[in-house]
Amino acid sequence: MTGGLQGPGPKDRPRPDGRRNSQGIRVDPDAEAEPDTRRAVLSALVKHEPGVLAEVSGLFSRRQFNIESLTVGPTEDDDRARITLVIEEPEPGIEQAKKQLRKLLPVVSVRELPEDANQRELALIKVGATRPDEVHAIAEMYDAKGVDAGRDTITVEITGSTQKIDAAVEAFEQFGIHEIVRTGTAALSRGAEYTATTPDGAPADD
Amino acid sequence: MSERAPVTETEKEATDAGDAADAAASGANRSPEERAEGRPVETGAQSVVRALENAGIEYLFGVQGGAIMPVYDALYDSDQLTHFTMAHEQGASHAADAYGIVAGEPGVCMATSGPGATNLVTGIADANMDSDPMIALTGQVARDFVGNDAFQETDTTGVTDPITKTNFFADDPDVVGDDVGQALALSNTGRPGPTLVDLPKDVTKADTDVEPGEPETPDTFHAPEEADDEAVAEAVRAIEASEKPVILAGGGIIKGDATEELREFATTYEIPVVTTMPGLGSFPEDHELSMEMAGMHGTGFANMAITHCDVLIGIGTRFDDRLTGGIDTFAPDAEVVHVDIDPAEISKNIHADYPLIGDAGTVIEQLDAEMDFAPDADEWREQCQTWKDEYPMDYSTPDDEPLKPEFVVEALDEATGGDAIVTTGVGQHQMWACQYWTYTEPRTWVSSHGLGTMGYGLPAAIGARVAADDDQEVVCFEGDGSFLMTIQELSVAVREDMDITVAVLNNEYVGMVRQWQDAFFDGRHAASEYSWCPEFDKLAEAFGARGFAVDDYDEVADAVEAAVEYDGPSVIDFHIDPRANVYPMVPSGGANGQFALSEEQLEDL
Ligand SMILES: Cc1ncc(C[n+]2csc(CCOP(=O)(O)OP(=O)(O)O)c2C)c(N)n1
Repeated sequence: MTGGLQGPGPKDRPRPDGRRNSQGIRVDPDAEAEPDTRRAVLSALVKHEPGVLAEVSGLFSRRQFNIESLTVGPTEDDDRARITLVIEEPEPGIEQAKKQLRKLLPVVSVRELPEDANQRELALIKVGATRPDEVHAIAEMYDAKGVDAGRDTITVEITGSTQKIDAAVEAFEQFGIHEIVRTGTAALSRGAEYTATTPDGAPADD
Repeated sequence: MSERAPVTETEKEATDAGDAADAAASGANRSPEERAEGRPVETGAQSVVRALENAGIEYLFGVQGGAIMPVYDALYDSDQLTHFTMAHEQGASHAADAYGIVAGEPGVCMATSGPGATNLVTGIADANMDSDPMIALTGQVARDFVGNDAFQETDTTGVTDPITKTNFFADDPDVVGDDVGQALALSNTGRPGPTLVDLPKDVTKADTDVEPGEPETPDTFHAPEEADDEAVAEAVRAIEASEKPVILAGGGIIKGDATEELREFATTYEIPVVTTMPGLGSFPEDHELSMEMAGMHGTGFANMAITHCDVLIGIGTRFDDRLTGGIDTFAPDAEVVHVDIDPAEISKNIHADYPLIGDAGTVIEQLDAEMDFAPDADEWREQCQTWKDEYPMDYSTPDDEPLKPEFVVEALDEATGGDAIVTTGVGQHQMWACQYWTYTEPRTWVSSHGLGTMGYGLPAAIGARVAADDDQEVVCFEGDGSFLMTIQELSVAVREDMDITVAVLNNEYVGMVRQWQDAFFDGRHAASEYSWCPEFDKLAEAFGARGFAVDDYDEVADAVEAAVEYDGPSVIDFHIDPRANVYPMVPSGGANGQFALSEEQLEDL
């Protein structure tokens, strides 16, 4: 209790050379430090019980993960549901999303799917019916099926990758789009490889 | 909680000092089967109580109410459980939280549905941020009414979902006991945290004869123990090659009971130790390797060490922004070894070059077993010593200025001979309590770190008092603003005759806000002047506690001695320098190495 705080002031102290980027990764001080984002498809096997979807979506919103789509549905096992999440994040964000998901108690396992996984989305597109032949032609180009046709509107169903559906929507725009509904991506890994599952109870976290 | 009068300190002493026979008589040592024989479970509520007994729980903190009444009624028959009725549910949640910190076992709080449950929320969120083992039991309206906006209905699991480790809606009287058992087990397995069980009234009232089993975690829950051997070997090579190593000891060391391992490791390899705020007490601050606390109001030398190290061994820390300052300047030249039991903490804020996922004590032992030699760091240790000499924590006491808060903290540290548990509210007083008290033992520092909850100190002191040894003092530092937020809990301390000394560092401001307004808002004191605050010594007396008021240096020693000696609750209202500020300070988002030692330096940054 004598002199108060002392020592060289901020300007007189040595400074370190290094620097970290916003993800906390050490970088070359002169280099461009902001990481690129990428699209990742996460598949989570969860307990099939009420409230799980709310827990998962709550997690993603409060941690501000950039979410593109989220789908959920039952599986071959009555006790399990599968959630497919598409997010766009830098690498550390994707890792963090997987780890945070795994912390939720009803989540059995989580896996990021490779790019070549089978990914499909379903859309119903309702367009104006003034030029039915042309609607039909475009539908054929995109493998779309008519599901409803009336005096004023035609509704088509289309499944495929998100990009394919985006392209189809663009093509249908010329007829005047009344309404669209899309499901978001559902995905399974290729071949016999497991998506996110626990065969024999073994955790499939990657 | 029973026909007995509330437990007094003397009665508690008798129980604490009692032998195993006493413990057996109170029920704590009986197996679930013996309990079932003595008094079989007949209702959901009794099953809840049985689950608590099976887990070895002894104390609960709560407030009565409609939807939780069946549980209270069942508690009435337990000879193992003692319930403390608090003045406000927030007090119950903080008391349970502090109990968990000091005892290392889950603290239990309970409340009724609706407002009772929402009043617990702040304490639950607090425990969540600080990874404290705690369980909340909340009443809920009967299942038929759920979702209908019934009287005192709140979607409690919905509200607490983001702030609990996990929560359960108990919808089956046969399973409710196991829900509670699971919640208890989860709260203190792996990374600790608060759990909650929402108890609909019809479920707790319903008949059941199902005895709950031992508390167990569910099968989807896996807490890692040992880190990967190869990863350990790689981390060790980096530590061995280091010339400027630093250990950053976080609260996880204390939670994981790894202080012995930490001390052994640091002293064997002579690696300087910096702590986070929750890590205070993990390493003795009077040891020459101790660099004390880093971060926004950490010591200058700790922040210099962090900034200039080449290998940072972070153990049980989540790299909070109050610790790191601006991410880009945090240990910018260091490779980071990060030990944590929660995989999601790895590379969340600071990228880990060497991630080691596992229990803190186990991983430190793994590191130790792999180390072939200590890092060559003589020069670095000398440098650290130089920084300690250059930036000592010190203050001045000019005759023409009012009482300095630092002096008060030191006076209490001295008067209690170091063997005390310190709790605090949130504000400047909390920082002075970090800086000027010398922490040497784990579980002696109880504060609201991550959430920064004003009003935490007094209810926390109550929880700490229940968990502490009888010969240990409990000292609570509060600010005038913070104290006012939960001051009603004094009634509990008085009723239970608890030996607690509250030191109010009264500056008639919400001082921390005033400090920031002076530094960053042109001294415009919007809503920060508390010149209307009551005379706390008289208020204490009105509650039935002892009250003291201190204005001058020469009154400090006597008041402190009288308050510490007094066996019940006492409050000392220290009228401190209203202009006193906390330094060193790293401005929010600034570089740790650029800490300011005064307001002038802050302006230059
Ligand atoms: C519940 C709550 N409300 C508001 C704040 C914001 N806050 C942080 S510190 C502080 C000032 C505390 O003042 P006081 O208790 O008088 O302590 P001092 O800083 O003067 O020591 C305030 C208002 C908070 N941390 N918690």
